[in-house]
Amino acid sequence: MALLEVRDLQTHFFTREGVVKAVDGVSFTLEKGKTLGIVGESGCGKSVTALSIMGLIPKPPAKIVGGEVLFEGRDLTKLSERQLEDVRGKEIAMIFQDPMTSLNPTLKIGTQITEVIRRHYGVGKDEARKRAVGLLDEVHIPNAAGRLDDYPHRFSGGMRQRVMIAIALSCNPKLLIADEPTTALDVTVQAQVLDLLDELRHSHDMSMIIITHDMGVVAEAADDIIVMYAGQFVEQATTLDLFDHPEHPYTEALLGALPQIEGEGIREGRLTAIPGRPPDLIDPPVACRFGPRCPYANRKDSCTTTMPELREIRPGHLVRSAHPTSERAEVREEVPV
Amino acid sequence: MSLLEVRELEKHFPVKSGVLFDRTVGHVKAVDGVSFEIEEGETLGLVGESGSGKSTTGYCILRLLEPSAGSVKFMDRELTTMGREEIRKVRREMQIVFQDPYSSLDPRMTVGNIVGEPLQVHGIGSSRGRRSRVRELLDVVGFNPGFVNRYPHEFSGGQRQRIGIARALALNPRLIVCDEPVSALDVSIQAQILNLLKDLQRDFGLTYLFIAHDLAVVRAMSDRIAVMNRGKLVEIGPAEQVYTNPQDDYTKALLSAVPVPDPRKMQERKTQRRKLRHALAEA
Repeated sequence: MALLEVRDLQTHFFTREGVVKAVDGVSFTLEKGKTLGIVGESGCGKSVTALSIMGLIPKPPAKIVGGEVLFEGRDLTKLSERQLEDVRGKEIAMIFQDPMTSLNPTLKIGTQITEVIRRHYGVGKDEARKRAVGLLDEVHIPNAAGRLDDYPHRFSGGMRQRVMIAIALSCNPKLLIADEPTTALDVTVQAQVLDLLDELRHSHDMSMIIITHDMGVVAEAADDIIVMYAGQFVEQATTLDLFDHPEHPYTEALLGALPQIEGEGIREGRLTAIPGRPPDLIDPPVACRFGPRCPYANRKDSCTTTMPELREIRPGHLVRSAHPTSERAEVREEVPV
Repeated sequence: MSLLEVRELEKHFPVKSGVLFDRTVGHVKAVDGVSFEIEEGETLGLVGESGSGKSTTGYCILRLLEPSAGSVKFMDRELTTMGREEIRKVRREMQIVFQDPYSSLDPRMTVGNIVGEPLQVHGIGSSRGRRSRVRELLDVVGFNPGFVNRYPHEFSGGQRQRIGIARALALNPRLIVCDEPVSALDVSIQAQILNLLKDLQRDFGLTYLFIAHDLAVVRAMSDRIAVMNRGKLVEIGPAEQVYTNPQDDYTKALLSAVPVPDPRKMQERKTQRRKLRHALAEA
């Protein structure tokens, strides 16, 4: 049995302007011990997908209107808030983008770590403190015992994210969801935090979901990758397959739009920009959502009137497009880099 | 003669302490002896992590902050000693594009007024002439001139950044300081704005000081690259050379930490990083 199975998840926001279909029919399976990367640009629904799994979406305005989230076979969307509290932190833990705001500034970090341990294990203060020291050691915070009584402002951004990771690990979760865990950090610190997450997922035998906008981060950290666009999955593949043979025109365009750090003619050349911008999710096109920006869609194509299904183009590689790379008749003329 | 010549630039911020009376207890050396020059028509990329002093350097050049010491020569004129009125005139030739297109545009001004304001402040053209110039500028940056009477909040980040760029172009400057101009934008939009900046440079012969933390973005834009760390320039040279053959340990660490969209290379880097971390720890 897969650790996590999400089936046709739909999370909508009921706003004054209309119903925003932030997550619109998302399905995937996460096997034990694997790391799944979900990439996409702002507003594509990647964070809402994660928050829906955790049952942390703001209700109202948001509501899971359809689908199932099966964690070890249990449907989390059916659980009461009470039951969910036993799952959150213990079975599934989450770390967030902004380590500056996700810790409580008025509590010592020791209190914030032991709180979780005591809630889920019901151990005494001293025992919880002892475990907290062990956790800080594990996330490589120097002088762990001495720092338990410090307040969050005494820690740098990278160190705070380490504290968040320590809290997330405190109950040995089976799944860690990391929502843009390194976006607020400098590159050198980002690399350290990614290295740490990699180390911990092995030592704790955890599965991970990493949500990010950064193709480089998933290239490093994920075994499998899902690309999201306008509330839907548009492509899913193993990391190597996705980067070697991207199929969806959006994935292809996204990779093309990234400035390269090595190579010839970088300074002189232009980047391959994607014209236009993502559709409004209140009233998204009934046809392919990438259609209006797609360089391959013609007016006569079926994808301009009906939504392409997510289909398996080769074993383990799913794509939602009428014009995947490997099915395109003629190669588009070379765009000068 | 270089268009811009920065010599031993310093900016120290006092650190104050005390209950009733502030005492200066020390100084933060945000910029600590930075020197470089930029030739006409070239782009110098300034990279560094947060707090390295790269933006402060940009502000000191434009005298949006007063430098503590050093010299800034623009078109062979010393800026650091200039009076208010003089510097105001020089600013026609040097403009800035800010990072956050959400907070750098006045929400109560229409797009047309935002772009036309520099012309008005410097008393250029008749009001009719200014209006047509504004439309022309918007057209140049790929923003629909029909929207001159709308307000910034009606537009996306990328569109807003186009407005900011049009405003910076209004006075036909020679130098534009771009302070993290794309870091608030999504990748697909980022590429549009970078291309626009490249086109404008080619069409108008602009000179850029391009400040950013993203090494790939800086690489895409710059002829030469300067790396800053803790207020100092640790390395400067042709872009290609700095990236393929970095001399300074900090530059090496920075480059090895950049995530690139290539899973195999990322594995290599992970190993490389481990070595460097040991090297830096010992140094």
